[in-house]
Amino acid sequence: MEIIILPLILSLLAAFTGSKINKTVWGLLSFVSLFAMVYMKQHYGIHNDGVWHNTYDVPWFSNGIHFTLGIDGLTGLMILLTNLLVPIIILSIQTNNQKSLIPLILFMQAALNGVFMAKDGLMFYIFWELALIPIYFICLLYSSKDAFKTTIKFFIYTFIGSLAMLASLIYLYLKTENHSFAYDELLSVQLNYSESIWVGAGFLFAFAVKIPIFPFHSWQANTYTNAPAQGSMLLSGIMLKMGLYGLLRWFMPMAGESIAFFQPIVILLAVIGIIYGAVIAIKQNDLKRLIAFSSLSHVGLIAAGFMTLSAVGIQGGVLQMFVHGINVVALFYIVEIIETHAGSRELSKLGGLAKFNRLFAALYLIVVLGTAAVPLTNGFPGELLLLKSVFDYNTITGVFAGLTIILCAVYMLRMYQFSMLGEGKASLKEIGLMKMIPLLILVALVIFIGVCPQLIIDQISPSIQKIMLEISNSKGVLS
Amino acid sequence: MNSIGLILGLPLAGFLINGIFGKNLPKSIVGWLGTFTVLASFVIALGVFNDLRHAAIPSEGLHFKLFTFLNIENFNVDFSFTLDRLSVMMTLIITGIGSLIHLYSIAYMHEDEGFYKFFAYLNFFIFNMLMLVLGANFLMLFFGWEGVGLCSYLLIGFWYKNAEYGKAARKAFIMNRIGDLGLLMGLFLIFHQYQSLDYSIVLPKMADGSTSQAMLTAISMCLFVGAMGKSAQIPLYTWLPDAMAGPTPVSALIHAATMVTAGVYLVVRCEALFYLSPITNNVILWVGLATSLMAALIGLKQNDIKKVLAYSTVSQLGLMFVALGCGAYTAAMFHLATHAFFKALLFLGSGSVIHAMHHEQDIRQMGGLKSKMPITYITFLIGTLAITGFPFLSGFFSKDEILLAAFDHNKIVYVLSVISATITGLYMFRMFFVTFHGTYRNHHHSFDKVHESPWQMSLPLMILAVLSVLGGLLNLPSYLGHNVSMKLSHWLAPILPMAESHAEMSHNTEFMLVGLVVLLFVLVVLYTRNKYVSKNAVPEEDALTPSTGKVLANKFYVDELYDMVFVKPLELLSSLVDNMIDSKLIGGLIAGVSTLLLAISGLNKKIQNGNIEYYLTFMVLALALFLGFNLFF
Repeated sequence: MEIIILPLILSLLAAFTGSKINKTVWGLLSFVSLFAMVYMKQHYGIHNDGVWHNTYDVPWFSNGIHFTLGIDGLTGLMILLTNLLVPIIILSIQTNNQKSLIPLILFMQAALNGVFMAKDGLMFYIFWELALIPIYFICLLYSSKDAFKTTIKFFIYTFIGSLAMLASLIYLYLKTENHSFAYDELLSVQLNYSESIWVGAGFLFAFAVKIPIFPFHSWQANTYTNAPAQGSMLLSGIMLKMGLYGLLRWFMPMAGESIAFFQPIVILLAVIGIIYGAVIAIKQNDLKRLIAFSSLSHVGLIAAGFMTLSAVGIQGGVLQMFVHGINVVALFYIVEIIETHAGSRELSKLGGLAKFNRLFAALYLIVVLGTAAVPLTNGFPGELLLLKSVFDYNTITGVFAGLTIILCAVYMLRMYQFSMLGEGKASLKEIGLMKMIPLLILVALVIFIGVCPQLIIDQISPSIQKIMLEISNSKGVLS
Repeated sequence: MNSIGLILGLPLAGFLINGIFGKNLPKSIVGWLGTFTVLASFVIALGVFNDLRHAAIPSEGLHFKLFTFLNIENFNVDFSFTLDRLSVMMTLIITGIGSLIHLYSIAYMHEDEGFYKFFAYLNFFIFNMLMLVLGANFLMLFFGWEGVGLCSYLLIGFWYKNAEYGKAARKAFIMNRIGDLGLLMGLFLIFHQYQSLDYSIVLPKMADGSTSQAMLTAISMCLFVGAMGKSAQIPLYTWLPDAMAGPTPVSALIHAATMVTAGVYLVVRCEALFYLSPITNNVILWVGLATSLMAALIGLKQNDIKKVLAYSTVSQLGLMFVALGCGAYTAAMFHLATHAFFKALLFLGSGSVIHAMHHEQDIRQMGGLKSKMPITYITFLIGTLAITGFPFLSGFFSKDEILLAAFDHNKIVYVLSVISATITGLYMFRMFFVTFHGTYRNHHHSFDKVHESPWQMSLPLMILAVLSVLGGLLNLPSYLGHNVSMKLSHWLAPILPMAESHAEMSHNTEFMLVGLVVLLFVLVVLYTRNKYVSKNAVPEEDALTPSTGKVLANKFYVDELYDMVFVKPLELLSSLVDNMIDSKLIGGLIAGVSTLLLAISGLNKKIQNGNIEYYLTFMVLALALFLGFNLFF
């Protein structure tokens, strides 16, 4: 509960004090939630044994609808990611004239924490929609161009998805014995096959848009490109994890028998998305568009790994969610630095930046390698597990998914080459030390997780085992 | 701290110190730190080598588990290492030649502004290469495998301001990744079949005959795809000549002596697997042979001193794969070792020449350098003699062993291998004579300014020259007496349980075959000497080249072919998908849906026109439907 209220309080404070207080201070203040989280873990002795801990449960406006929050290993990792990235996102703000940006980001942080902690269907839906509001305004107020058009497209698209999910949730609610939205109650509903397909489809549509899974991605590239850097970071770093999280926590256990029906479809679409995104990324000129399509490619692999319903695929996928959050925020952070310090984010206008700042060049390179999943960087273990799971599911599909390791090297190295190496036309202004520290933190994580991924696997694996049990209990597809 | 940890940890420490603090350290400290970490690893490896000689169980090695890398259900992979007879041999080559090349680089790179970065990368390469050969499971091998690819990328593109070099670096990395994908798929298959990636579990199971032939073939083919990428075999070889964009010590270390031999190491490591996969063996044999011949032919028409050596490396690697395809694993390892000596020597020698000529690499611009650079001249001569098979030098023995194995295996393979070996003599002596003999031909750079290199460069040349001469002692042929011969065969025998000793051919046949090779060698020397020294046929030769020669000079147009078949279509596809499918088709579909929705809402608007009759009509209709539904269903 504290980690929802804390950012909310900060958000209100930020809104009222306006721009009187330096943005760096807010960046540092927003670390509070992260500390609160770590403190809670120590204080309440939360173990990662797959059980929901520290649950907060009060009846709300009717008997069946409770305000229920809780933390297990999976949720813990997701809110760790959220509360780690939000301060970095705030620190990445370059100008002082975007007054509402910080309160909106902090508000978003509260909503995101809520999404990951919700143990009640309606709560999940409410936080899910709540998270949409701040990002809508961030994009609308601070987009570079076409703000209204792209933002409204993004909003309507994801909102229709949300409504589909709400329909599924209400249907399940009506089917529960004592009309409750509680997670376990919803889980225990027995649906017949055709019901389960409709319910599953409702969830899946919401999540597929958010993730996004090909071909529901058309809102993504323009939104990422036009949004302010902080918006792109929030969207790609954390918000799309909502979709993947929902897939794992809500869709897969609740889809009933229909999961066998959806499995090949989702894997096929996801693998198409991997190659589709990678192929498009190869020729992009705008760095943010390039990262958008690279992201489409990467999350496609995560979704495919989830849907293999194997321990390796799911755990690898959760690991990769964390890793992708770090890498994609680092990439957008780098782009933001390049854009403000070199004057452009178009590859055709860049090049030769490495000679101006060797440290920046080295950090950028490590992030590129992490994204390209070179061993001993964080991208590798997750990608290894995911590819293995897809390969075990179906050999040919696995080989196609595996093309990502070639294509990703093609577009990431091209990106690095054309922005940093060569003679180059651009020049890079001095980058202050404060700007480098967030990047240093992210890069340290790139290497640390690359060397010791098991530390994260240990955190999540009891929860994942429980979810897998839930999937197999209700459907018998795993046995 | 145990010896494996130290062997790996020292170069890693060198990398970290030089990489993080090197900018602020004096060059002498950076250079010597880099050199000594590798040298120390070499010394420790020597100690382990000595221990292994007296080990009770010869097939066993040292083991070292650091921590668990991943453990999910039954997918369990450790960060663990093993140092057995095979990996100690590789370790000695890597750290031994590695430290010589580090020493050489202190002088060679002295003027470079990225001096500390160069030593950091070089140390990091040694670390990754050691991880590759010391890993106790296939995933550790893969770590090293990709790691050396990364270092290769970094070092080829070392002079990053040159966009062409950057392109060569990316080409190397991407082509290697194509191979890596094959290797990764092989790993998945191995795990699928054996539920483990540890050598100690997987390799015995491969050998015990319980695996289906199809599976063995599939696994071995996947692994060989990886080997093709790393060891520059057809069709994934075109990156290696381009990789010469890197500084010359890099070419010597990575692109001649160590990294490119990783494919050979992989096959030897999985001896049982390949031994039991005859189809893959044949593929290896013919791919190796084709690569060897093709690269040798291209080498005939190259004028860049490093390009000649690059194609020579590709050709020699092809020959090693011929040996592997024939089942002669020891011969391949033997040639790997001697090739590491003489090719490192030749590259460093060429570096010495390039250094003296102020970055001139075209042999047509050289000539008569022997009087100015006596040490380089003599060591380069030794290297040339060794690679071309001058009797009793290292290359003579190792190449003969391969040729004999080929003779034993298949006479056509033998004839083609001999042709390849003969072409080796032609391009090597062409290069040697044109560079060091004849008259000086460069008008931009005065002959007086050509100078011998400092001791840090000539000492490694001399040591490598000695090794190139004596390298044959590793595995002398049996006709020289049983006490001194076949040392390497005996050393590796416990690691290679499947490869039975070949049916001994009679010494008379052996002598005849050796005699033939020596005869060819003499003819080649006489021919090239006559053409390039007496007649001074370079550079006029190029103008007179017939059209077949042009095909060779243009490397069979393979780069152009790949560009046309892979690169251009992929770029086209990318634009096409982005501009047509993504924005028009999928974007259009979404737009279509929203138009449809607007239309429906328009319809809705018409209904909600405030006219009460409409509302009532709809209410009644709906009620009727509802009731009817309830009644009938």
